Amino acid sequence: MSALGGILSGNPPRGVALTLILLAILLGLALAPLLFPGMEALNVAAKICYFIVLAASYDLLLGYTGIVSFAHTMFFGIGGYGAGLALYNFGPSWGALLLGTGVALVVAVALALVIGLFSLRVRAIFFAMITLAVASAFSVLASQLSTFTGGEDGRTFRLPQALRPSFHFAAGPFTLSGRILAYYFVFAAALVLFLLLLRVVNSPFGRVLQAIRDNEFRTEALGYRIVIYRSIGNCLAAAAAALAGVLSAVWLRYTGPAVTLSFDIMLDILLMVVIGGMGTLYGAVIGAAIFVLAETYLQNVMAMISHMTAGVPLIPLIFDPDRWLLWLGVLFVLSVYFFPLGIVGRLWRK
Amino acid sequence: MTARGTPSLPLLHRDLLPVLLVPAVALAALPLVGSFSTWVTLTLAGLAMGMIIFVIASGLTLVFGLMDVLNFGHGAFISIGAYAAATLVPALAGFLQADSLFYNLVALLALIALAMVVTGLLGYAFERVIIMPVYGQHLKQILVTVGGLIVAEQIIVAIFGPVQIPLTLPTAFRGALVFGDVAIERYRLIAVVVGLIIFAVMLLVLNRTRIGLLIRAGVENGEMVEALGYHIRRLFVGVFMAGSALAGLGGVMWGFYRELLTPAMGMDVMVLAFIVVVIGGLGSVGGCFIGALLVAVVANYTGFLAPKLALVSNILLMALILLWRSRGLYPVAKR
Amino acid sequence: MSEAPPLLKLAGINTHIGPYHILQGVDLNVPRGELTMLLGRNGAGKTTTLRTIMGLWHASAGAVTFDGADITAWATPDIARAGIGYVPETMGIFSDLTVRENLLLAARSGPIDEARLHWIFGLFPALEKFWSLAAGVLSGGQKQMLSIARAMIEPRKLFLIDEPTKGLAPAIIANMIAAFRELKKSPDTTILVVEQNFLFAKSLGDAVAVMDNGRVVHAGTMAALAEDRDLQHRLLGLHLDQHQ
Repeated sequence: MSALGGILSGNPPRGVALTLILLAILLGLALAPLLFPGMEALNVAAKICYFIVLAASYDLLLGYTGIVSFAHTMFFGIGGYGAGLALYNFGPSWGALLLGTGVALVVAVALALVIGLFSLRVRAIFFAMITLAVASAFSVLASQLSTFTGGEDGRTFRLPQALRPSFHFAAGPFTLSGRILAYYFVFAAALVLFLLLLRVVNSPFGRVLQAIRDNEFRTEALGYRIVIYRSIGNCLAAAAAALAGVLSAVWLRYTGPAVTLSFDIMLDILLMVVIGGMGTLYGAVIGAAIFVLAETYLQNVMAMISHMTAGVPLIPLIFDPDRWLLWLGVLFVLSVYFFPLGIVGRLWRK
Repeated sequence: MTARGTPSLPLLHRDLLPVLLVPAVALAALPLVGSFSTWVTLTLAGLAMGMIIFVIASGLTLVFGLMDVLNFGHGAFISIGAYAAATLVPALAGFLQADSLFYNLVALLALIALAMVVTGLLGYAFERVIIMPVYGQHLKQILVTVGGLIVAEQIIVAIFGPVQIPLTLPTAFRGALVFGDVAIERYRLIAVVVGLIIFAVMLLVLNRTRIGLLIRAGVENGEMVEALGYHIRRLFVGVFMAGSALAGLGGVMWGFYRELLTPAMGMDVMVLAFIVVVIGGLGSVGGCFIGALLVAVVANYTGFLAPKLALVSNILLMALILLWRSRGLYPVAKR
Repeated sequence: MSEAPPLLKLAGINTHIGPYHILQGVDLNVPRGELTMLLGRNGAGKTTTLRTIMGLWHASAGAVTFDGADITAWATPDIARAGIGYVPETMGIFSDLTVRENLLLAARSGPIDEARLHWIFGLFPALEKFWSLAAGVLSGGQKQMLSIARAMIEPRKLFLIDEPTKGLAPAIIANMIAAFRELKKSPDTTILVVEQNFLFAKSLGDAVAVMDNGRVVHAGTMAALAEDRDLQHRLLGLHLDQHQ
């Protein structure tokens, strides 16, 4: 038990319901290729994996460091483009992937530092608005530098051989395709990254971050240099988001503005973190899972309702499967009012 | 006996440097652009666009300055205003297609009136239901207003469909007045006039009425205004409604400017509005005016001179201004 | 001391600010028609008391009675309208509004009364000089005068004034003493002043209350306190005839 506690950095989920849910998610993701045959299910599972990392990195920023930023998808995009462009330009090899990831990390951290330092000159309220503007500018820039980035269409590329669908790996009685290996690559990386983030927030560093979030004045009076802690928090979150971007590139074998930089994605992870529960990291897990599952499967339910209410005015329009985001938006607003601590907050037992 | 001189315009007192920014930038661009006629076109385009953005951003800055409310849902009112007007366009087809400035203006006025009524009423509901429960909690305000934005945009798409709706300019608004080499587009001129009228009305209300006095004082120190015996919170809803109505107005003007309606139009303009509010200083209508003109004019010049830079020109401009004055051009709200 | 019931009465007032228990049972009587000085060390809770009276912070226990009415749970604007003029420690001047606009705002029932304005200009000539300028250009002392003038612009039953001489030069303080003496001449004027300047307190105070650790630890006449040097030392740590 203590070994498990160590892996979870001394902060395991408390409460039966919560633990069961998280366990279900973990097992579902770990055994996805076995439990849910078919490419669509595997796509959903992989998407949940790297969105967990992205949402958790945003929770580190929003829930733990207390910084409201709308530029987080920028780092996601940097990771995706870093890996994608490297694989595109230098050929499908592990070396290229490593190089792309490395460059992406450096760029992401550097950018996070610059933005972080700028945020010191202005107040938090300004900062939120400024990040909005910066993110939209970055997105436009990525579309415009089309010779480099592939513009609106992005770039498709091939993966190192072991991860390609055509690859087959025989392990005893099982034959694993490259696709499955790619999935487990994403899953394992996501798991490790999540546990690392858990370690960060439960370390002395993480506790200082929370102290700053709760009472900046007093923490500074106690002698902690807020600037340094916030900057490091910023950079860690950016780095994690960039790595999530790398994972998305590996899985999708594609990178482009629509899947990494669009403001919709920013809103998505905001929803995930808030509905799941800010400042808990486990909330990001639940939020990401709910969101991606809803995105894929809720639409079917809605299509049914829309069909059933065909004659009634307006109702079928609101239940049109494309309007699933409407309902998530409503859930989001309701959860801010009634479940400010999110689902995790509701289920966590002290 | 009492030495009462001419009343000052507090928005521009003792600190006229920012006022010179727009003319300075315009003049600096002239040699860069080269051709006078092109320069006039660009400058007018910038002024027109700037006026529309000012109308939209002014509501945002007053709401924040007075109520300390961050309304990220402001973009929804822009879209709603534009789409509401679009529903009336078929009914006004006769007026809009007539080649008469008078009839066109009447139609425009009707569209604006409808947009403002719809967004004003929605603004009332939005303030009472969504915002009031979270007064004073910035993080929650950001979250719920963003949520409101998402829901509003989805409802628009549900009702109107995800496609773009073209919005043709009224007949007499099209084309340009030509003076020798120089072409002055009619609609842009109208936008500038509308913007100036609204600015003038705002200044009048803020500086010559008791309510305006309360708003200006409240933006600076709401607590003290209460201690002087005024129920300033009762003003909040009114100001919010006015801000939403202005956003609706801006939406209609913007729709005609682009001759296109898209569900995401509110979001796009909102980013510009935020930049303007940050540049101008939270709570300052004068700063907002200068900021809006500056942003639009710079965007147009860079669009001509260095197109790749055009869309990031806003960010660069904002960064430069914040490096000069870290709370914006005229920081009024003491927060 | 007047025999009539006090204009303002605090009974058992407790105020919490967040987790901090600032006022721990304040009992205070402010007699009608007199100037009461509220003295005490920094952090004793004097400003908190005034803010609680004005409803800017709400008492967690106890009652505030003003002119016979229980105003404990009233909203700040209603408390002001009941006839209380408040001059906060931070002065609360609207720097972007002109001097004229600041006074206009304070004159709730309409245009400024000329005679009253004339009287105010007599006490604070600087206000006439800077009438049309933004209040932000005034010096610290002039801002303080404007803040007090705002409270005086209409007849009030009670003035609550928080540290009017803080940070002011002695010459200006002398000016302020003269102004307050004038103010006291108005019929039925009750004033509660929080102060740390003891010369100022002694020259103007009729009644005095001393606070420490969120409670009123002494109440009586200023004259009695002024005579008892031992009491002064015990309560305030120094003597009333020493000034800053």
